[in-house]
Amino acid sequence: MTEQLRLQKYWTYSIRLETLGAWLLALIWISPLLYAFWAAFHPSEYAVNFELFAPITLNNFGEALSQAPFLQYGLNTFVLVTMLLASQMVICTLAAYAFSRYQFAGQNIAFSLVLVQLMITPEILIVENYSTLADLSLVDTITGIGLPYMASAFGIFLLRQTFKSTPKELEEAARLEGCGMFGVLLRVYVPLAKPTYLAYGLVSISHHWNNFLWPLIVSNSVETRPLTVGLGVFGAPESGVDWSIVSAATLLSVAPLMIAFLLFQRQFIQSFMHSGIK
Amino acid sequence: MRSSSPGMRHVYGWLLLTPAAILLIAFTHYPTIATLIDSFFSKSSAIRPSRFIGAGNYEAMLEDPIFWKVLFNNLWFALGTIPTSVAIAIVMALLVNRSLPGQGFLRMAYFTPTILPMIAVANIWLFFYTPEIGLIDQILQGLGFSGHNWLGDPDTVLGAVIVMTVWKEAGFFMIFYLAALQHLPKELEEAAKLEGASRWYFFWRVTFPLLMPTTLFVLINAVLNSFKLVDHLFVLTKGGPDNASNLLLYYIYENAFSYFDPNYASTLTVVLLALLAILALLQFFLFDRRIHYR
Repeated sequence: MTEQLRLQKYWTYSIRLETLGAWLLALIWISPLLYAFWAAFHPSEYAVNFELFAPITLNNFGEALSQAPFLQYGLNTFVLVTMLLASQMVICTLAAYAFSRYQFAGQNIAFSLVLVQLMITPEILIVENYSTLADLSLVDTITGIGLPYMASAFGIFLLRQTFKSTPKELEEAARLEGCGMFGVLLRVYVPLAKPTYLAYGLVSISHHWNNFLWPLIVSNSVETRPLTVGLGVFGAPESGVDWSIVSAATLLSVAPLMIAFLLFQRQFIQSFMHSGIK
Repeated sequence: MRSSSPGMRHVYGWLLLTPAAILLIAFTHYPTIATLIDSFFSKSSAIRPSRFIGAGNYEAMLEDPIFWKVLFNNLWFALGTIPTSVAIAIVMALLVNRSLPGQGFLRMAYFTPTILPMIAVANIWLFFYTPEIGLIDQILQGLGFSGHNWLGDPDTVLGAVIVMTVWKEAGFFMIFYLAALQHLPKELEEAAKLEGASRWYFFWRVTFPLLMPTTLFVLINAVLNSFKLVDHLFVLTKGGPDNASNLLLYYIYENAFSYFDPNYASTLTVVLLALLAILALLQFFLFDRRIHYR
């Protein structure tokens, strides 16, 4: 019995030690963000020396907004993300429906050609994709930034898996009620796939909100530049940057996504788990 | 079923697929082939049009010292980021898998860097690395060490970029380990407790082997990311100093959009595509269908 007790104690102690370690690691992990908050809300002379009672100010945000049109960038990002998500939902749903419920000639080849995009994402092919956009005269348009990502292989795959697990009986029942091809899709498959749509939506929004390289290449004016590109242009270290203003600009750019993350934390984390199943 | 003669099924299938197929061909398959073709042509200029030069670009590439440097940088970048971020991810997942005070906050703290744009976090880290006034130098000076220009020194720049990338990625991989841990049977740990196995022994003999499929999945993703992710270079280093932190995709970008040599950029892209193809095949053979289509 004493042996048992000793073991019990050993597990308890090591668990306490782990709790301490977990908190330490969390503090290290979140400290860059905490720093950005500190710098953004304090006058620049306090950006590098930390005084507990340093005055709090909102001037840095005003300054950042006056130096670059972050509201316009934010609007551009919002338009981009909304447009992309809407077209991804439609295009991926149709393709996934075809793959999961229609047997057609060349289906397997078509499906493997879709999966190619999981590996070769559009930003790898920047040279050719840029010249394609130039041919379509879509350079420096928000549509141009979004177009290569609209047929998302990941979305097609995720939805196909979900549609496949929908019971066939439900489709047959809907057919008996007189639903056609699109009726079945809209009344049976789409409603039952809601959790997948939510998961995919969250992953897609955060991915495209954060995307940088491709939007950088395509956009070159204030009217099309998304937040990430605006931020990249803004924080040029050569120009003797003020850290407080850069921090404020950085927070402005990530704030909408951060707030969404805090509100939908559980769904976010689950959707990223979902996205692992590819 | 209404209106579904066997022949029509093929038509409907392809009709539903059409929008996706057009976009996929236009932005994935066609450019892949065009990249390959372009890599065999010379750069066009005002006085000379582009012409077929066979393997000329490839020969130039093999003699390009920057190409080799960039390739090795990418290798070091992968070796530096992957094992570290995967190890930290496992530790994080183990730590927050059991109930402990502040579990929700801890998970959030680890995961938050994942959802932030690379470009935004690079802005913050740029300040950390700034010589003299940066946070790292301030701490070092407080401890009596001298400061260091972390991003300006070819010997430390890649390491500095690696540290930031590990910070960014570990929380992402943690999620997959957390999901895997929650699917492990609880009885195993109970049994190990009763048997008096040390926790270290339990981890290496039971948990770690059972996490192997997850580790494979995470590893492939991490390798892919190490080739695809270059956003931070735009803010932190621009590939410098002296290309010490330049990576393959960034070098492609430079060639195409700064040096205006799309044909050489295509040649480099072919190398990147070949690397990704090897990874795709590895993934195909390493994962059996059970993991793939869970």
